[in-house]
Amino acid sequence: MRPNIYVKDKVAIVGAGLTLFRRRLLETPRELAWEASKQALDSAGLTLKDIDCIVIGSAPDAFDGVHFKGEYLADGSGGFGKPTVRVFVGGGTGVMTPIAAWWHVASGLCKTVLAVGEEKMSHAYPHPQGVFAYIWDPILERPLRPNLIWIFALEMARYMHVCKASKEDIALVSVKNKRNALDHPAAQAAANITVDDVLKSEVLVWPVQLLDISPVSDGAVALVVASEKIARRVTDTPVWIDGVGFTLDNTHWYNRDLSYPRYLEYAARMAYKMAGIERPWKEIDVAEPYDPFDYKELHHIEGLMLARRCEAPKLLKEGYFDRSGELPTSPSGGLLGVGNPIAAAGVMKVAELFWQLRYEAGARQVKKPVHKAVANAWGDLMQVGTVIVLST
Amino acid sequence: MRSIRLPGMYLREEDLRKLVGVIEYTPRARYSYSAGQALSEFLRGLREGRILGRLCPSCNRVLVPPRVYCEHCYTQTTEWVEVPGTGRVESVVVSYIGTARERLEKPEIIAVIRLDAPGYGRDSFDFAGLFHKLCGVTEDDVKSGRVIGLRVKPRWKPLELRTGSILDIECFEPEVVESERA
Repeated sequence: MRPNIYVKDKVAIVGAGLTLFRRRLLETPRELAWEASKQALDSAGLTLKDIDCIVIGSAPDAFDGVHFKGEYLADGSGGFGKPTVRVFVGGGTGVMTPIAAWWHVASGLCKTVLAVGEEKMSHAYPHPQGVFAYIWDPILERPLRPNLIWIFALEMARYMHVCKASKEDIALVSVKNKRNALDHPAAQAAANITVDDVLKSEVLVWPVQLLDISPVSDGAVALVVASEKIARRVTDTPVWIDGVGFTLDNTHWYNRDLSYPRYLEYAARMAYKMAGIERPWKEIDVAEPYDPFDYKELHHIEGLMLARRCEAPKLLKEGYFDRSGELPTSPSGGLLGVGNPIAAAGVMKVAELFWQLRYEAGARQVKKPVHKAVANAWGDLMQVGTVIVLST
Repeated sequence: MRSIRLPGMYLREEDLRKLVGVIEYTPRARYSYSAGQALSEFLRGLREGRILGRLCPSCNRVLVPPRVYCEHCYTQTTEWVEVPGTGRVESVVVSYIGTARERLEKPEIIAVIRLDAPGYGRDSFDFAGLFHKLCGVTEDDVKSGRVIGLRVKPRWKPLELRTGSILDIECFEPEVVESERA
């Protein structure tokens, strides 16, 4: 299949950098953005002078308690005196950030873009969960005094029911990802745990327990994105952005079947078509499906069409998604293991694929040869799908 | 990724409190929301013990909760249609925590209800539905998986306590109580 769109410039990722992911960091949001951006520029051998445009991704303003968060982060992200935009699609922001960087370059508008994802969730206390109270519909949902985890639990319960997946099957994702994260230098929640540990952890909203969920985190990740001409000049191993996709499902989330992420299939089809991928389950070598919850990785593996519907739990049990498996997923350790500073976490997944495709992931490098990769993110009230396909 | 020492300094909560110049701030913002064209009527219906939907003339779905447009066809919905309020449990969970993650004394059972409404197939991906509490089932019922698919109906608040709110429905409850079924 041929790519179906005309782009002015082919687009590549040429550098990446990140900070530690931790429950609480000393640095301000701007400082975190600066640390990650500086490292990304250094890794590409570029300086801010070489950068044309800035794309910032950051999730709800309410975490920081500062509105206009894009502007607030701008100077730390190198945005002073340059065309700068912030994108925000809830949890989907992390992958939307490099997608927006892609269209800045593909359109010919900019030759180089610094794409920065930053999140500092620790400002809000006693728990940032309180801030999530403001994302619900004020008329029909808020009077029920919901907790954000309700909707994910409802989705997980429905997935378990339709796919006949057990809590044990799903807990294996958490075991795998936290173990993978032991090799990630930024990791906040890396651990050698067992299925039993997950099942014995605090029950929050059954079926969701504490170890089914990624932690609350602070952190930042940045990428340097460039046109083909510049990419070939600055590196021997550019990682191409072959396809991007983003769609929304119905915001009336209790008016649709929660067992399957339709929002993701639509976005994935868009990205695969652009990338000329017809059989993702055969053609993709390594994936970073979005995993804020353990069931979500399985859900997203299916939505990305890397497995048939309801087939992911079985393949997981067989080791198919391990680093040494046929289709490694979340070799970074994912959000469950590395941490979940919302917008930064999605960019971290794309950064991981950048390192994997360049064989620079060190102890995290997957066993098989890798050429094509896919990452996704998901957010808002469960309806945002963002997908990016990379290759070497 | 060659550098292993990454920037960032971890702070425990007690470290944070010891820092110079930590700012405490509680935002003060108050809101009053109008329910709009469709939901105002829907809430009036709830006060009368009726669940109202809007009919899309193009795809014949009855949308609950109602909207003035059908998002599938992007056309104006034309008619108010009362639905029986009965339906089946699409998904169900037990919440042990409240809005700010505090532990609840008494766990709550929360469900998505697939309502009986014209215009949808039995197991269609899209359906008319509500998100509400569920009564008359136990935590163990939920965890055993028996509750998904259960037929339910709304339990209304006493008329004099209804205010035109989603809370005028106290909860959904099984259509047939366990003892009657046996």
